[in-house]
Amino acid sequence: MSCGAIANNMNSAPRPIDEAAQRRVRRRYAAERRFRLVGLFAVGLSVLFLAFLLYSMAAKGLGGFVRTEAALPVDFANSDLFLEPANLRGADAAETIAGADLAGAISKSAVSTYGPAASEMFGDGAIASLSRAILADPDMVTRRETVWLPLSSKLDMAAKHGAEPAANRVVAELKRKGAVRTRLNTQFLTGSDSTDPSSVGVWGALKGSFLTMVVTMLLAFPIGVLAAVYLEEFAPRNRWTDAIEVSINNLAAVPSIIFGLLGLAVFLNVMNLPRSAPLVGGMTLALMTMPVIVIAGRNAIKTVPPSIRDAALGVGASKMQVVFHHVLPLALPGVMTGTIIGMARALGETAPLLMIGMRAFIAAPPGGIADPATVLPVQIFLWSDEVDRGFVEKTSAAIIVLLLFMLLMNGLAIYLRNRFERRW
Amino acid sequence: MKEKTPINATSPIPMPSAAIAAQAARDGPSATAPDLPPEPEFAPAAVPPQLRPVAEPAAEVASGGEPKMRANKVSVFYGDKQALKDVSVDIHEDRVTAFIGPSGCGKSTFLRCLNRMNDTIPSARVSGDIELDGEDINGPAMDVVQLRARVGMVFQKPNPFPKSIFENVAYGPRIHGLAENKSELEQIVEKSLKRAGLWDEVKDRLQESGTALSGGQQQRLCIARAIAVDPEVILMDEPCSALDPIATAKIEELIHELRGRYAMAIVTHNMQQAARVSQRTAFFHLGELVEYGKTSEIFTNPREQRTQDYVTGRYG
Repeated sequence: MSCGAIANNMNSAPRPIDEAAQRRVRRRYAAERRFRLVGLFAVGLSVLFLAFLLYSMAAKGLGGFVRTEAALPVDFANSDLFLEPANLRGADAAETIAGADLAGAISKSAVSTYGPAASEMFGDGAIASLSRAILADPDMVTRRETVWLPLSSKLDMAAKHGAEPAANRVVAELKRKGAVRTRLNTQFLTGSDSTDPSSVGVWGALKGSFLTMVVTMLLAFPIGVLAAVYLEEFAPRNRWTDAIEVSINNLAAVPSIIFGLLGLAVFLNVMNLPRSAPLVGGMTLALMTMPVIVIAGRNAIKTVPPSIRDAALGVGASKMQVVFHHVLPLALPGVMTGTIIGMARALGETAPLLMIGMRAFIAAPPGGIADPATVLPVQIFLWSDEVDRGFVEKTSAAIIVLLLFMLLMNGLAIYLRNRFERRW
Repeated sequence: MKEKTPINATSPIPMPSAAIAAQAARDGPSATAPDLPPEPEFAPAAVPPQLRPVAEPAAEVASGGEPKMRANKVSVFYGDKQALKDVSVDIHEDRVTAFIGPSGCGKSTFLRCLNRMNDTIPSARVSGDIELDGEDINGPAMDVVQLRARVGMVFQKPNPFPKSIFENVAYGPRIHGLAENKSELEQIVEKSLKRAGLWDEVKDRLQESGTALSGGQQQRLCIARAIAVDPEVILMDEPCSALDPIATAKIEELIHELRGRYAMAIVTHNMQQAARVSQRTAFFHLGELVEYGKTSEIFTNPREQRTQDYVTGRYG
């Protein structure tokens, strides 16, 4: 249709809507509807998967945060423990209690209360629980006292989900007597790895993850940001800087296990740093995170309008002052977005840490960055490998802890970023 | 963007747009500076009174004076392309020098040479001599940071820092250590904002963001920022091209007030503006300096045909 025709139509009567035009309009709307449907389908599918993940995690993992306890009357006075309250108050109280045969006392009391089938009713978790109870109230050892102790992993499973018939029978018997209760599993939140699923905890791995992240952050953020600033603002454009740029882009795509091998070769074999330590883990992850921060940082610096640089140069600021007073503060939100992505990836990383020995069995939380430790994702990996059924819910519970930790970390970073965000 | 000027064969100076004319008429006294004696060779009948170029201060005409900045055979290359060819211009104290010419003629490039802003462009190469008070600005004795403090700049687009109004003005004095303490700094800020004619409008909201001001206020804030470091020369690169006529008139008024305190050079696409604010005009075309002289002569009696054609709006 020519322009003249349109003009004519506009001047005269309402334009007749011809068949072809109507078809075109209908086709356009149909295409739009199709696109929307495809989009909705994609979003729906992701929501479905997310819901499934959350549901299965919650269903399996929430049980890990509670434990089943049973009442156990212990006649301390007539037991073979021979504990004196006076010895349990001094500095060597922990040693005294460790030397006592608490396992034997528990087993004996269980058999005498619940019959011979109950000899294995309590596991390692119960021993730890009892020793804490005695230390809290040393006079207990002179009396006959009923204590609530966590059931063994097998019975715990039976109480929560039902397990093999023998265990189910014991639990049913206990329930009939009103001798069972469900309590928050403090051991899981405060303990470390263990061979007995009833006494494992995530605290050690959580602390290991935290220390590792601190080391990663302290190394990768300043070095990455300064490298980005140098490359973007100061470095001359030549073949060398081009080569460096290509290398950094490639580094960001290198599989993480290769960084683990690098860490093993350099930090452990050449520099002789301690094995399995958050220090080395953090350094290895920093190597992996740095390219991501450099790339995000350079992009953020590029988006700072040149007029701001001109303005600062125009009043006689030096190059350094322009960058650190104006460009970097304005680029910071973008830099932090990159850092969040890099750190979140580092927090979830397992493979490189396996290479530097962080998969070792560590039964105590690390005291510092040079102590042996494990991290949450590795802990999850290790527990998922265990045969004992009790570890299944602990694995899921640890995943929940990891995700919460990640949410918290990202939330904090996003809050900080929004505080720095300025408009221009 | 270049301003399209209607060709008007009967007048040597193209007619301004109605808005600017009205504004100029309202701002009459300051915009035309009638207290200064008109130059004798100037033909007043040829132009409307509000467009009459400002005459030179009498004292300066008499003395001639040593130029504040002297550029001699300045050429600029961007890579292989020559953007400026052997330009020689003097910038005098107490006078406003306007650079006019069509887009891409090199006038902004030349302006940026005067405080070495072209240093920031990696491919740019400058040859020739530029002197500030007889000192070579490209010489080893001249520190570029000190140079830019002495030769301030105002840019085409208002570019306040995304900081408070106070911080915008205080930044320059602070990095140059011009204030001993906070109260001195406050004094500098107040003085600069007053000189830029912005104090009354912002004195109650110095902590608000500089970017929240209107375009014209932002540009005056940028001028205050340039003044705050006490420069000797102020360069303005099309300071009004992003502003409306009222804000433009205010900036022009400000330029009049600042003349005498600072040597000033202004790049403009608006020929009426050049006529109104400047005493010297340099016409650039295709990287060459075509003509440089008294504004009145450039606009009424140019020596070169190209200048004549440009100022009458025949091309460009």
